[in-house]
Amino acid sequence: MSDVQAQSGQMLAADGTPLKASLARALRRQKLRALMLIAPLLLFVVITFIAPIADMLFRSVENSIVPETLPKTVIALADWSPESGEAPGEEVFAALHADMLVAAAAKVHTKVGQRLNYETPGISSLFRKSGRRVKRMEEGNYKEQFIKIDDGWGELAVWETIQRYSGNYTSGYFLASVDAELGSDGVQMKPEDEQIYLFLLGRTLFLSVVITVSCILLGYPIGFLLANLPLRTSNLLLILVLLPFWTSLLVRTSSWIVLLQQQGVVNDVLVTIGILSDDNRLELMYNQAGTIIAMTHILLPFMILPLYSVMKTIPPSYVRAAKSLGATDWTAFWRVYFPNTIPGIGAGAVLTFILSIGYYITPELVGGTSGIFISNRIAYHISSSLNWGLAAALGVGLLALILVFYWLYDRIVGIDNVKLG
Amino acid sequence: MRHLKTVTTAAAAVMFASAAYAQDMTIVSWGGAYSASQNNAYHKPYMAANPGVNIINDESSAEAVAKLRAMSEAGNVTWDVVDVVAADAIRLCDEGLALEIDPATQLAPAPDGTSASADFGDLLVSECFIPQIVYSTTFGFRTDVAAWNGKEPTDVCAVFDTATFPGKRSLEKRPINNVEWALLCDGVPADQVYDVLSTPEGVDRALAKLDTIKDDVIWWSAGAETPQRLADGEIVIGSTYNGRLFAVIEEQKQPVKMLWDWQVFDLDGWIIPAGLSPERQQAALDYIYFATDTQRLADQAKYISYGPARASSAPLVGKHASLGIDMAPHMPTDPNNSKNTLLYNYEWWADNRDDLDAKFQAWLAK
Repeated sequence: MSDVQAQSGQMLAADGTPLKASLARALRRQKLRALMLIAPLLLFVVITFIAPIADMLFRSVENSIVPETLPKTVIALADWSPESGEAPGEEVFAALHADMLVAAAAKVHTKVGQRLNYETPGISSLFRKSGRRVKRMEEGNYKEQFIKIDDGWGELAVWETIQRYSGNYTSGYFLASVDAELGSDGVQMKPEDEQIYLFLLGRTLFLSVVITVSCILLGYPIGFLLANLPLRTSNLLLILVLLPFWTSLLVRTSSWIVLLQQQGVVNDVLVTIGILSDDNRLELMYNQAGTIIAMTHILLPFMILPLYSVMKTIPPSYVRAAKSLGATDWTAFWRVYFPNTIPGIGAGAVLTFILSIGYYITPELVGGTSGIFISNRIAYHISSSLNWGLAAALGVGLLALILVFYWLYDRIVGIDNVKLG
Repeated sequence: MRHLKTVTTAAAAVMFASAAYAQDMTIVSWGGAYSASQNNAYHKPYMAANPGVNIINDESSAEAVAKLRAMSEAGNVTWDVVDVVAADAIRLCDEGLALEIDPATQLAPAPDGTSASADFGDLLVSECFIPQIVYSTTFGFRTDVAAWNGKEPTDVCAVFDTATFPGKRSLEKRPINNVEWALLCDGVPADQVYDVLSTPEGVDRALAKLDTIKDDVIWWSAGAETPQRLADGEIVIGSTYNGRLFAVIEEQKQPVKMLWDWQVFDLDGWIIPAGLSPERQQAALDYIYFATDTQRLADQAKYISYGPARASSAPLVGKHASLGIDMAPHMPTDPNNSKNTLLYNYEWWADNRDDLDAKFQAWLAK
């Protein structure tokens, strides 16, 4: 035994294998067991959460519908250049005819039309009309026949669009999500009267910051009260915080409408006690004020609860000690108590900020036109315009932005400092 | 093992048996008074005549297009019949998500033998769409506004006239209808509205006209908002669907009147999702055949003030089922109400909707 040990210079386990290896094996087995324990949850999260999100995000670059539906046209069109000043020649139209025959039989020609219509208005009806008549076309002279169906087929812009978006992947959606587009000479900004997303993104950030700050200002004293009042009173207070938290979002938003509208409770009271005249009522809703007020109220519990749980753990003796050493009330609070609550403020701020950046129901109902967020446009593109590519690109933008904020927060405050309790 | 087999066979047998007794059919619609009218006019008599069918109501029509696309991508379509507006039907048809219907053979002929395709006529705007009602987007105004000095709006341009008719207005938060009204009131003849809108200058012109009242407008996105705001006195005039205004005026007796001038006609109807199993598709077609016949369409008008889409149903429209008032004068198609009308231009909007919406939203946000 000692011979062997001396020879290799290794510790051996009871069964003769080197101790290191046997330890590693035991550890591996332990890790595997742990992995198997979390496997159901991991699989669940991957299948129901990560995979769908990845799939949705992938749509922001996906463009295979064009090359798959119009394969021959795309190849034939490769040699054409818009600088020639005229629509492509007969061979491209012959390819288009062949592609359209197949596409119309499978009823996918209108989908391509929809896709390309996002880039150039009018293509949707071009494809719909042509799909209906392509079966009745005579052989030969396709260019003339297509242009007879609709003049659009003779337009350079249409062919430029098809050529530009003929790849399997496109940057078009991402460009659109920052108000840019692919022009004839590379990336350019969209005309001024169509720019909206960067502006909305800026407003979303601005309003989210305002909402987070007002949540801190309103939530801090309440958290302090909750943590310092006698248990019986603080429990009652806690219920008052939690009750609205458990109430449906729509109910709370609608209640704010009742309160804030021009003929609403707040204005009525102000008019009755004579602060306002009847024809001079305040506009508290359908603008940014409405969004800020309603969302601050709705997100307040997300600020109060982390603050409360952090404040609860700060021993009262700290402040007492500070005072006994001669600190004034303010110094004791600001130099001793407040720094201890920063993890709570951090957790609350991160929560409210991230939640408010993605909000859209409340802004839609009370925000009017000046109080809506970028998420309202994402919802519109998902459910109404069906431009899922653009919605996905906007979503990727928001996600990236939140990750940047998260990283910044980690650099400045430190993510270890976040405490929920 | 044998046990397991018995259990599964028994379970399968039970499932088949229950399928034979009651076949579930999910019908998607808009909810509220509208779904109630369909329930009374279509669902109840259909279930009475077909005891084997159990109709389940789903109120998801507002998101129908997106949900149908998601269902189709997932390969599991759970809806059997879906109520959508014509524009959505066209998009669903374009996307290959709706079944094409041959009205002449798959829908009931009129009682006098006219084929369904002739009975519906021009309203068959898509191969997949089975029209049900004609509704209109029009204005309602309060009759007790002191600042109006006893005047009442008589034409749609009153909306743009904040000098004579001061007060907040309510318009839909999308370009459709608003840009048409703006151009009409800017002096464009009705038959040239879409020609003008097809040019960038025309769009600018419409937005410039809307700009004159932008500060006085509260924008709505759900049809119920305008009636609510009218009733609250929050606005003095606002656009919404005519059936909602009927409810405010006749059922809730609010001091509100209709302004039918330049109402925009639109259609609502059924589609059957593509990709159903043959049995479910057959059942859905059977329901559609029943629910869109002449009598059934006329019956629906007893419960809600939307015009039946068949020409042959119009003479059968009677009185409101609970209020007992004559429904004909409340129909958007009544000659007194339809002196000036626009028909929603489906093709133009299908092409230009995305482009114009981007401009409209950019204008709204600034």
